[in-house]
Parts: sequence; C-alpha cells; structure tokens
Amino acid sequence: MSNFLIRYFGRAWLAVTFLFLYLPLLFMIVFSFNSTRQDAVFTGFSLRWYEALTRDTKIVEGFWLSLQVATASGLASAVLATFAAFVLVRYRRFPGRTLFSGMVNAPLVMPEVVIGLSLLLLMVGIQNAFGWPQRGMLTIVLGHTLLGMAYGMVVIQSRLLEMDRAIEEAAMDLGARPFQVFFLVTMPNIFQAILAAYLLAFTLSFDDVVISEFLSGPGVNTLPQVIFGYARRGINPTIYAAATLLIVSVTVVVIAYSVWVARQTRKREREIAAATRAEVVALQAQ
Amino acid sequence: MANAESKDNYLVTEKLVKRFDEAVAVDEVNLSIKKGEIFALLGSSGCGKSTLLRMLAGFEKPTSGRILLAGQDVASLAPYDRPFNMMFQSYALFPHLDIWENIAFGLKREGLPKNDIQQRVGEMLDLVQLGPYAKRKPHQLSGGQQQRVALARSLAKKPKVLLLDEPLGALDKKLREQTQFELVNIVEKVGVTCVMVTHDQEEAMTMAGRIAVMSKGRVLQVGSPQEIYEYPSTRFVADFIGSVNMLDGKLSVDETDHCAVQTAIGEIHVGHSISGTVGMPVAVAVRPEKVSIGKQAPAGLSRNLFTGKVKEIAYFGSYNTYIVVTPQGTRMKITEPNGSHLDLLDITWEDNVYFWWDDTDALVLRN
Amino acid sequence: MAFNLPMPGKRFVIGVPYVWLFVFFLLPFSILLYISFVDMGNDISPFKPIWDHQTGLLKLKYENYWTIFVAQEEGSHLFQTIYIEAYFRSIWYALATAVLCLLIGYPFSYFIARSKPSVRPALLMMVMLPFWTSFLLRVYAWKGILADQGVINQMLMSLGLISEPIQMLYTDVSLLVGMTYVYLPFMVLPLYANLVKMDFRLLEAAYDLGSTPLKAFWLVTVPLSKAGIIAGFMLVFIPCVGEFVIPSLLGGPENIMIGRVVWDEMFTSNNWPRASALAVVMIGLIVIPLAIYYHYTGDAAEPRQ
Repeated sequence: MSNFLIRYFGRAWLAVTFLFLYLPLLFMIVFSFNSTRQDAVFTGFSLRWYEALTRDTKIVEGFWLSLQVATASGLASAVLATFAAFVLVRYRRFPGRTLFSGMVNAPLVMPEVVIGLSLLLLMVGIQNAFGWPQRGMLTIVLGHTLLGMAYGMVVIQSRLLEMDRAIEEAAMDLGARPFQVFFLVTMPNIFQAILAAYLLAFTLSFDDVVISEFLSGPGVNTLPQVIFGYARRGINPTIYAAATLLIVSVTVVVIAYSVWVARQTRKREREIAAATRAEVVALQAQ
Repeated sequence: MANAESKDNYLVTEKLVKRFDEAVAVDEVNLSIKKGEIFALLGSSGCGKSTLLRMLAGFEKPTSGRILLAGQDVASLAPYDRPFNMMFQSYALFPHLDIWENIAFGLKREGLPKNDIQQRVGEMLDLVQLGPYAKRKPHQLSGGQQQRVALARSLAKKPKVLLLDEPLGALDKKLREQTQFELVNIVEKVGVTCVMVTHDQEEAMTMAGRIAVMSKGRVLQVGSPQEIYEYPSTRFVADFIGSVNMLDGKLSVDETDHCAVQTAIGEIHVGHSISGTVGMPVAVAVRPEKVSIGKQAPAGLSRNLFTGKVKEIAYFGSYNTYIVVTPQGTRMKITEPNGSHLDLLDITWEDNVYFWWDDTDALVLRN
Repeated sequence: MAFNLPMPGKRFVIGVPYVWLFVFFLLPFSILLYISFVDMGNDISPFKPIWDHQTGLLKLKYENYWTIFVAQEEGSHLFQTIYIEAYFRSIWYALATAVLCLLIGYPFSYFIARSKPSVRPALLMMVMLPFWTSFLLRVYAWKGILADQGVINQMLMSLGLISEPIQMLYTDVSLLVGMTYVYLPFMVLPLYANLVKMDFRLLEAAYDLGSTPLKAFWLVTVPLSKAGIIAGFMLVFIPCVGEFVIPSLLGGPENIMIGRVVWDEMFTSNNWPRASALAVVMIGLIVIPLAIYYHYTGDAAEPRQ
C-alpha cells in the first residue's frame, strides 16, 4: 500500500510541483519568441525582442555594471568568508566570539530592507563627515559583500569542518610554518568550497534589487534595478529575451557541472576499488 | 650525563606533565629512551600515551617538565623546528599531491637543492618499494600502500626521532602481521630512534625493544617485552599483558630466597622473596601456560599442587584453554599447547583434575 | 587537535573580518538606532546630536516610536495606525507563505528523499536550477502569467470556464503565489536534509507493529522531521516579513507590506527617523522567531565541547 502511494502519488506530486517551479521559466522562454507584445496568445515566431535587447542601452549598461559589481563583491565575499570561516572553526575561544558569530550570521536572516537602510545611513553619515564616498558602484559592492560574506561563510565553514585536520599537523611536522600550511595544504583542500562561495556571492549580487536600490546613486543602475524599473511599468518582452538567454546559459553551466562532478566521483570510486582489489590479490599471493 | 658516544638517555622526558583544565592527561612522566631503539608506549585509550606522543612532536605544550634530546631542551620548539617526524594514525597524506610530492614536501621546506630532493625521494620510494607508484595520488592506493607512503614521508628528512601513532591501527588483521615485521626491518635499517604508541599488546611486544606500560597518565613499568611479561611489577601490568591467574592472599612466609602466600586454594610457594611483612595482603600471579594439568598428580610433587573440576574447554587450534574451578570456587585458567600428549591426557568437561606449577613460575605482587 | 597559530597571525586572521563586520554591520545598526531617536524637524539631514549640551541629558524623540503605535487622528484607538496594520499584514502574509510552502514542500521533499539514490542528485539539481536564474525575472514572469490578459485567464476563457478575466494580479492571491514560489526552495532544502537522514526502517517497524501507512506517517515521520520543519518554516517566515520586491511587483495597494512602508517613509516622506524606528521595530519582531530557529538548528559555529 505504501509503495503504491509513493510510486504514483509521489511521482504526481513531484511532477506538478516541478511544473509549478518551471512554469515561469518556460513561459518566458516561449514568449520571448512571440511576434507581438501579447502575453497570452502566441501569435508567431519572431526574434524581434532579441533584437530589441541588443539595442536597449539601459539593459546592456546595467548588465555590464552588474557584472563588474558581482565580480568585485564575489571576490571580496569569498576572501572575507574564508577568514570568517577559519576564525569560527579554528579559534574556539577568544573575546567577543559570540558577537562575531552573531554578526557574521545575521545578514542571513535580516530583512534586506533593514540592511539596506542601515548601510545607507552609514554611507550618508560618512559622506557628511568626509565628503566621500559618493553613492554608486563602490557602495553597492560594499553592501553586496556583507550579504555574500554571510552566505559564503556557510559553505566554507562546512567544508573546513569536514576536512581532516591531521594533514595540517603533518605539514607542520614536516617543517611548514603556519602560513605555509595554509597556502600549501589548507587552501588546495578547501578550494572547491571557496569557489562555490564565490559563485554564490556572485549570483546573489547579480540578482539583488533591494540593497542596490538603497545604495545606488543617480545614473547608476544595476541590471536588476533596470528590470525592476521596467517591471513596474508593465510587460516588456525584451525582458523575456534577456531571461531566456540567462536561463539557457545557467542551465548549460549547471548541467555541465553536475555531469562533471558525477563523472569525477565515479572515477574516484573506481580507482579506490581497484586499489583495494589489488591489495587483496597481493595478499593472497603471499 | 649523556655524551656523544653514549646511546643512553638520548631522548629524555623529565617530570613531564600535561593538564587540560582540571584533568591530568600526563602525570609526571620520566622516560629515558636509547638512541636507535624502538620504544613503545602501551596502554588503553585515555591513558595519556597519545598526549605524550603529541608533546614529543610539539603539537601540545607541556604544562610543566622538560623534553631533552641529547641533552638539549626541545620542549619550546615548534613542530616545524623540531628534528622529530611523525607518522599519523590516519596517515594524513596530502590528498591534492601525488606520492612523490608527498614525500618531497618536507625536503622542499628545508630548501634542499632539486637534485638532492630527487635522490632522497628515490631512496625513500625504494625503501618502501613503491617506486612505480610515484605519480599516483593517495586515493589511488590501497591502505597498506598508503601506510608505506606515510612511513617514507616521515623518514625522508632523516629525523633524529621517528614518532609512530598507532602505526598498524588502520590495517586489517592479515595485513597487520605482515606489516609488523616490514616496519621493524625498515626502521632498523634506517637506524632511527623510534617511539611508537599503541593499545595493542601484540604489536608492542612484537615490534618494540622496550615497552612503557601506561595507565591514567602514569608510567607503571618500563622494560623489554620479556621483562614485562615475565616480571610485571604491578597487578595492572600483570593483568594488562596477556592473561594471568591472580590469586589474592596473605603473606605467610617471607625468607631471603622464597616466600609463601596463604590463599583460598591453599598455601602457594613462590621461588623469590618479597621483603614484606608477614600477614600483609598480596597477590600471586601465575600465567596460564605455566600451569600444568593432568588426571593424576605427578609423583614426588608436594608443593603448588591443587585440584579442581574442568568447567570449560576452548579449542584454539594451536593450544587448548581449560577453565578449572577449585572446591573453594576459584577459577583457574590453564593453557596447554596441542600435541600428542594432550590426547593422552584425555581430559573432558566435569573431569576432576590436578593442576600444578613450579615455584619459580609464579610471582608475588603487592599492588 | 588544538594546535593554534602563534599570536600575531591569529590576531590578523580574527582582526580582518572583525573590523569589516564592525564597520559594515555593527556601526550601521548603531546609526540606525541613533537616527530613530532624532528629532528631524525641518532639517534636511537627520544627523543631529541627540543630547542637550546644556543639561547633558539624552534628548530622545520617543514620538518616532510612539506614533507607530498610536494614531494622531481624533477618535482612533490604540494600535490602529497604518504602520501596525502593515506589520500585522506582513506577519500574516509571511505566515501564510510559510504554511503554503510547508504544505507543498513537505511531500515534495519527502518524495525526493525516498526516491532512488541514483535519481536524487538529478532531482535536487532540478530544484536548485531556478534558484540560480534571476529571482526578479521569475517574479516578473508571474506578472505576465497572472495578468488579466495573461496566459491563465486566456486559457480559462478559451476553455469556456469563465466569460471575463478574473483579476488575479495585484491581489493577495498573486502576492502569495509569488512568495510561495520564490521561497519554496528555502523550505525544501532543510526539510530534505532532515528527511534524507531519517532511517526509514522505523516506518517498517511501525507497519510491523500493525500501524497503517497514514498513521505511521503522522506518528513517526512527522515528529522525527520536526527540526527540519521548524528550520524550513523559519527560513521562509523570517525573510518573508520584510519582503519588498514581490509585493511591489505582484501585490496591490491593499497588500502593502512593511518593507514598502519603510521605503516610502524614507524616500517619499523623507522621514528618516521614522523609517529607522520602523526598521528597529521590524528587527524586534523577528527576534523571537530567530531565537526559535537558532534553538532548533544549533549554531554550527559554536565551540565544540
């Protein structure tokens, strides 16, 4: 009885929910090729919205700005997240540890509006006092880094916790000084996590609306800000074209990555099995 | 005082103590290890042996006490400055480097010229017979091979002292037996002073020249495997190493060359003196293989002869174990090697038997 | 395993992120608190001192907070301000979203957890894929789907089920659909992590003892996944309260949530102190669910004993 339940009801539920999840994506892909502005009826195949996309300077400029902001804040987030993860995993006792832990994790649960508002107040305050910085790309990067650092830290922390610490001790035993240990042994082994943290921070930055809105200056508009502006004014299939390009590239990357990871894991498992078998054979030959 | 030629007192700990908050892990340990010997720290988990080893390596700072290498205090040196190298229980091979790089790691930190590194790594690979595997990564090797890499890596820098943390712990039984001898051969060939930590008595007895039995942070006895087995100095050591029959009683006779103890099963004569007071509580320790068993009492034997009923027999292939219960309720464990004489003995469950041993085969212990 | 880096290195490693967090997290929040007590009057800048030089006492404008809770009009009751309405509305929508996410997400996570191990990575990848595409664009798409001339209405009309388009957009329906859609993965992932670790042989033991599948589900599976449920619920509820983008795009003038109110107060009314006070109250609101969340998930960064 339970098997039937799981097999048919379960599959149905999964299918319907996946449909729900992918409906907006499919909708945008289909209607990006629509020949008219209409949202409900597919009147014919056309590439006009893709054409319009290339001519839309606001979107293109926004894209480049977002790319720069995301690259910069992703990098800063990854570096800071590595520091923070290291601190929390390795140093169990130091004054102010609970405060530190609270501060790092808070952006994960704070409403973005609160973060945006308080950062804006900070920027204005500093500006009043020192005449700098003007609100613009730099301020957005700083805001995104705060968020990216919090998310990135979760990833790196989990990897640090599962890493075998004995290899660091072994490195020291063999003559490596602490900073050599970090760069020669620790880093290579957590590198994948750092990369994941970077990508996570990059995505968050590229997609952010609220903090950008609070912290940007006149004439500085990230891509999400541009889209947000368009969205409030109504439907614009050019956006669908942009969305389709994004969806396709993300899908290709995600699938390629998953396949690569799966293949690496299988290869590794095969190698370990082969080595163990060889050992058994060698033993029997004695 | 150690001089350049003397092999004694090469590695010395003086009143070494390690405290973690309230708990004392290592309690005033004084050891003196000879140059070139294989020295084992033996004890069950929690006895402090691992902490002691880590202090020698430099991963734990002693709370008090000194560690001297050929007279020099090394306790304040960091692990990367000490001429000691450790082989970890989990091997701790660098997963992102191949075998060659793993072994060369320490040499590169020393700043050796490329040719020297090349040569040394080659030597090490030959020593552990892993030459063809130089370009493989650790996960591509079997457990036994990984262990050999770990050994090669720890010997590459020609350390003054080699530290082994449960060297055979991660291997399965068959592999362990073979590796025990290989390991000792390699260490002796290289000639390095070696301190190993283990909870496995067989490992310690097979591999080490001298053993320190530890319990609760203290060293109970130091000696060769034979000394520890034949002449344990405390009840704990006697009980920990191998099996033993421990008979409690009171000292009844105490002479210069022999003594006697009154126990539940009768008076036991022991062929050495104990310099105690008559009436004091002691225990007599007799190893099961030293006890003989038979359906008839041997002629002419007047001392250390007792009777009992066979309650359990276990067949272990190369020897038999009998559990004999005396009329007073004392359980004796007796082992006899398998051979034709056993068939002649023809002993089975519920038989009434005699058992006996020689005066000099038992030991009297105070504590 | 306690060998630490020597002191100077350690101070640097702790110092860098600490200083960063201090400047960009603690400092802004302190400023937020400070501004919330400022009497802005007719000045342009809210950065004014909040103490009286002569008396040396703090001159806090409590009205910034007071007016949140008490309206100024004649004949109005306590707590009948637009702000309180917005707070309640936000909590209500966040709760509804979390419940919807739980109802949809629990069976979803359950069935993924119970699917064949070889299929699971692919399923999980399919759940995460939309997350990596822009959330703004996906919300934008719902505008098109739910519009009066949108796909759903068009389809219902062509099937003859309705004669006029139903207004779905700019209502609380579209708002909830949008929020549930965006936050569903936040419910699914912690639930999945919890369910996948569960030993399903416990269920078999229950069947063995005579339980029906449904009862076993309620009495065994659900209680064991309690931690996952609460984690997922909080992970949806807490950020949902302060949502800004989705109400702006999919909600109507009757569905204004507190995030939007703060924005308006800040950029439309230019009342920075009031906006700050509203933000501080918002933080206070989520402190309790936050405490519950941390209690149930345990802080992985806590010193291990």
